[in-house]
Amino acid sequence: MSVFNQSRSGIIQIAFGFVFLVIIGQLVNLQVFSAKYKLAAENNAIYRKIIYPDRGIIYDRNGKSILENTIMYDLVVTPVEAKGVDTIGLCNLMEIDTVEFKRRMKEISFKNGIVRPSVFEPLLSPEMYARLNENMYKFPGFILSERSARTYPYGVAANVLGYIAEVDSNFLRKHADEGYENGDYAGITGLERTYERILMGERGVKRFIRDNKSRIQGPFENGNYDTAAVAGKNLHLSLDAELQKLGEKLMTNKVGSIVAIDPRTGGILCMVSAPTYDPNYLTGGQRRRHYGELALDPRLPLINRTVSSKYSPGSTFKTIVGIIGLTEGVINANTRIGCSGAFYGCGNGKPKCLDPGYFDFKEGIAHSCNTFFATVYKRTLDQEKFGGADSGLKTFNQYAYSFGLGKRLGVDVPSEKNGNLPISSYYRKIFGRNWNSCNIISNSIGQGEVQTTIVQLANVMATIANRGYYYTPHLVDSIEGGDDDGLLDTFKVKHYTKDVPDSIFQVVQDGMQAVMEFGTGAAAKVPGVVVCGKTGTVQNSAKVNGVMTKQKDHAFFGAFAPRDNPRIAIAMICENAGFGAASSAPIASLLIEKYLKDSIVEPDRKALVEELSKKNLIPPLMRQAMARMDSIKLAKQLLLQQKEKEEEDTIEEEIKIDTTSEDFAPKPLKHKPAKDSGRKAVAYSNAAILTDERKNIPHKKPTKG
Amino acid sequence: MATSTHRNNNQISPGIDWVIVWVYAALVAIGVLCIFMVEYKPGINVLQSFLAGKTNYSKQLMFSSICVVMAMFILLADSKLFTAFANLMYTFGILLMLATFVIGKSINGSKSWIPLGGGFNLQPAEICKIFTSLALAKFLSRQETDFTRLRSQIIGGCLSLAPAVLSVLQNETGLALVYFSFFIVMYREGLPPGLLIIGFSFAALVIATLVVEPNTLAIVLTVIAGATIYFTRRARKRNRNLLATILVVWALCVGVQRFAVPYIFNNVFQCYQSTRIFSMVGKDYDCSQNRSALRRTADKEKAAKKPDDYNVRQSKIAIGSGGLIGKGFLKGTQTRGKYVPEQHTDFIFTSIGEAFGLAGCGVFLGLYLFLLLRIINTAEKQRSIFSRVYAYCVACILFFHIVVNVCMTIGLFPIIGITLPLISYGGSSLLSFTILIFILIRLDADRQMVLR
Repeated sequence: MSVFNQSRSGIIQIAFGFVFLVIIGQLVNLQVFSAKYKLAAENNAIYRKIIYPDRGIIYDRNGKSILENTIMYDLVVTPVEAKGVDTIGLCNLMEIDTVEFKRRMKEISFKNGIVRPSVFEPLLSPEMYARLNENMYKFPGFILSERSARTYPYGVAANVLGYIAEVDSNFLRKHADEGYENGDYAGITGLERTYERILMGERGVKRFIRDNKSRIQGPFENGNYDTAAVAGKNLHLSLDAELQKLGEKLMTNKVGSIVAIDPRTGGILCMVSAPTYDPNYLTGGQRRRHYGELALDPRLPLINRTVSSKYSPGSTFKTIVGIIGLTEGVINANTRIGCSGAFYGCGNGKPKCLDPGYFDFKEGIAHSCNTFFATVYKRTLDQEKFGGADSGLKTFNQYAYSFGLGKRLGVDVPSEKNGNLPISSYYRKIFGRNWNSCNIISNSIGQGEVQTTIVQLANVMATIANRGYYYTPHLVDSIEGGDDDGLLDTFKVKHYTKDVPDSIFQVVQDGMQAVMEFGTGAAAKVPGVVVCGKTGTVQNSAKVNGVMTKQKDHAFFGAFAPRDNPRIAIAMICENAGFGAASSAPIASLLIEKYLKDSIVEPDRKALVEELSKKNLIPPLMRQAMARMDSIKLAKQLLLQQKEKEEEDTIEEEIKIDTTSEDFAPKPLKHKPAKDSGRKAVAYSNAAILTDERKNIPHKKPTKG
Repeated sequence: MATSTHRNNNQISPGIDWVIVWVYAALVAIGVLCIFMVEYKPGINVLQSFLAGKTNYSKQLMFSSICVVMAMFILLADSKLFTAFANLMYTFGILLMLATFVIGKSINGSKSWIPLGGGFNLQPAEICKIFTSLALAKFLSRQETDFTRLRSQIIGGCLSLAPAVLSVLQNETGLALVYFSFFIVMYREGLPPGLLIIGFSFAALVIATLVVEPNTLAIVLTVIAGATIYFTRRARKRNRNLLATILVVWALCVGVQRFAVPYIFNNVFQCYQSTRIFSMVGKDYDCSQNRSALRRTADKEKAAKKPDDYNVRQSKIAIGSGGLIGKGFLKGTQTRGKYVPEQHTDFIFTSIGEAFGLAGCGVFLGLYLFLLLRIINTAEKQRSIFSRVYAYCVACILFFHIVVNVCMTIGLFPIIGITLPLISYGGSSLLSFTILIFILIRLDADRQMVLR
């Protein structure tokens, strides 16, 4: 029998071998031909942790840090370890109720699992941190985890410095190759955005092996593949924090902006956009609370008005008109032009002129004579050599461009507008082929289609101060550790104006000096300093209930000082503040004094600071919007109380209150003053901004003036 | 080295096959290293943790030293002892298994363990493999046994399957399946091949039932039956019964396919077992048809639902990520991260696959195949039927364990709790395989003797 079955031994051996071959076949399939398993294993087991470097610090011109990093704390919980927590104690400290506590724990456990640490409350306030830190022993499973946050020690220059925030999907799509991930922070506005790549530094990556519950087991390959984080580079600004602070103080309760430039370098000394906000409101845990308020405030505090708002420059533009006229030779320094109360060169008596007289150039500037500059403008465009207004305007614009008007200057803060220098094709569409200088005569006094930003205006002042050149205005002077990407190269290029001789600048400066000595700017003299300036008062109107309504004039002022070796050039606007000399000029003069003399010491000047900063010049339309929004909020609150009380008679009363407040602010205000940006102004709470100012918004009709 | 050792030890232990002993030692050492790989955490004092006896690898080391002692005892014993006590030990084994029902302890859902105290447990079904092998060898080597007769074949089958039945009743299906490997032994000893063919056909039918849509399969079976009837029309004229046979087989097949298989999956198997088997062939099993699941749902109002292919997926990822030459010793990320459940016991093969890749797996499986073929060779050299049958039993049990375990980790077989011989962590398993192999070595040393 056994002999017969001997052959079966072979069969069994072959079968064994065959089965092993099948196994090897499957192993080859798994290990050699299926790449997905390798990938799956990596995804499974290797945890890439991004190490965030410290963001760069921003210093002002005197080396004071105005934007730096601080450490904030997150309350982090590992649910599985959170046994025997003094829940009520924690809830009391956190100022939440136990229902909220349970809800959060449930959410965390659901979202992130119970064995991994998750953030229970991000970015604790310092008081909260102090309170919790003492009691942490009562809360097993909870820890306070460090995290870096931005802080603004001076609380100034919010619109300039900008803020960082968590990136959204749109940002991720745009910067797909730059290694941002969900949950990362990036600069959203201001310098934080412009210099994001410098400030963010280089991220490091640490690789860890993690287990099946995502707990870290140890470094992968002893950290051989890890890269170290490199801290962001620090920025040194030309900005003067003290000057900025004073500027912001003076602009309290006003809408407008100030830009001061060091003409010698193009470095921006202060850049105030009012109203502004405390930048610390948009860092850390504050952000959630305040962002909505700021974004919906009718006065648009989040906008940097110095670069993002275009205005008709008004009489400040006359300096340009004068320079071009002088250079083209249509007048000279001694040419006298008479003014009888209006400009009759075009036959319609427009524009009007405030003080009649017979002026030479210096006096024309000093008295800001409309007729004088309308005549100069008309003569410039109508020169015979041009053979038509088309060519004349083209030449005029070439001069204006060389002063940095009509195009983006390239300031290193985002959302700069280019202003507007209208060109002939634009007028052809409106007036037909045979348009002439009379059609556009209001440009001569900066009232027509000409628009500039305040930073452009400041740059014009700097150019006049420099007598014919400017550097692109910029905030960042130097980058610590070197400007490897050449970001600052454009700021070192001298831009010259189009063939304007030095003598002509002399004449214009004479005129501007006269403005301050006996002209429109006399009220804004700076003791002991020769200031050259030019006021501007710009008519404007806004759509109210669909009808263009004339609003109070915008007050402009542009200046530089001292006349010899100028160190500061300044331009500013106070929206709807009336005559330029009344509000803008004194503010500018105080800033000039502060910068040149380092401080304001004389008591009357100090008093002026206080007086100006207390002045409430918020445009009436904005006040109405704010008041309306306040009253709606109030009414809502009252109605809410009402429902709780459930008393019928009072409901009627409250409704009455609601309607009265509607009467007070008649209709929804869809538009802010037209010369501002066209964004919708929606009424909403604004507690974050300049809180003391809210006291100045009484529930009464805003007074004119 | 083996030969020199052979010569040196000639006087003390004549005839011992040192090659098998060395392969055995190598496999046990690999096993301890594999468990070490699974449990390794960076920064530990390796020597200390090996000696402290708290980790599984140091425990395994301890078990292997116990096994050395056991092996010595066996080698020093008289071969006649095994033939003499074969039936007695088989009875003892069956009694142990029966005792499990009374004093048994439940581990991982199967009540198949007898607690020995001190944290050690014995799984009688594991030990019983040895006793059954001996009993089968004893039965087949009896002079009065004529294995060509059906009666003997049925007795042999019953001897083999009795522990399996008990094992199934203890809810330990994996080990029960091992006892089917004795059929290979019986095939070698003269079991008609038709039986195995029928067995395989039946398996094919069951798999087809799972894979192919029921009605399609019924039609295919009917077509095959019709074709067979057509092609056998001449033979049918000579043999009237042939048509009836074909029809009966057809009816049986369709019956199995339409009724028996679904009934077993829905009513006999647990939900998780059905799901695993179905997931093997790439299908989803609807647990709502499963009676045990329904019962549990009724009890708890909520059936615990968890992805049942997690184990296989993770184990395939671990092995697959090893690639051609592997990630290196202690560098397997899947292993370090404990992604593979039960990696130190049933899924120990994944640690080799991940750390040493295809090359390592090839060498490792080659070692196993070498051992198996060596044992079969040894079997064929035996003069006594007892030794030969026993050797075949050892080879077949090992083969079954290895193949099922490895196939289960690479997704070719549903997950059943079967250990990788000599590698997996576990004293019971290691000890029983040691005894199994060393009895063989002992018997082989006396191959000139005729044992009955």
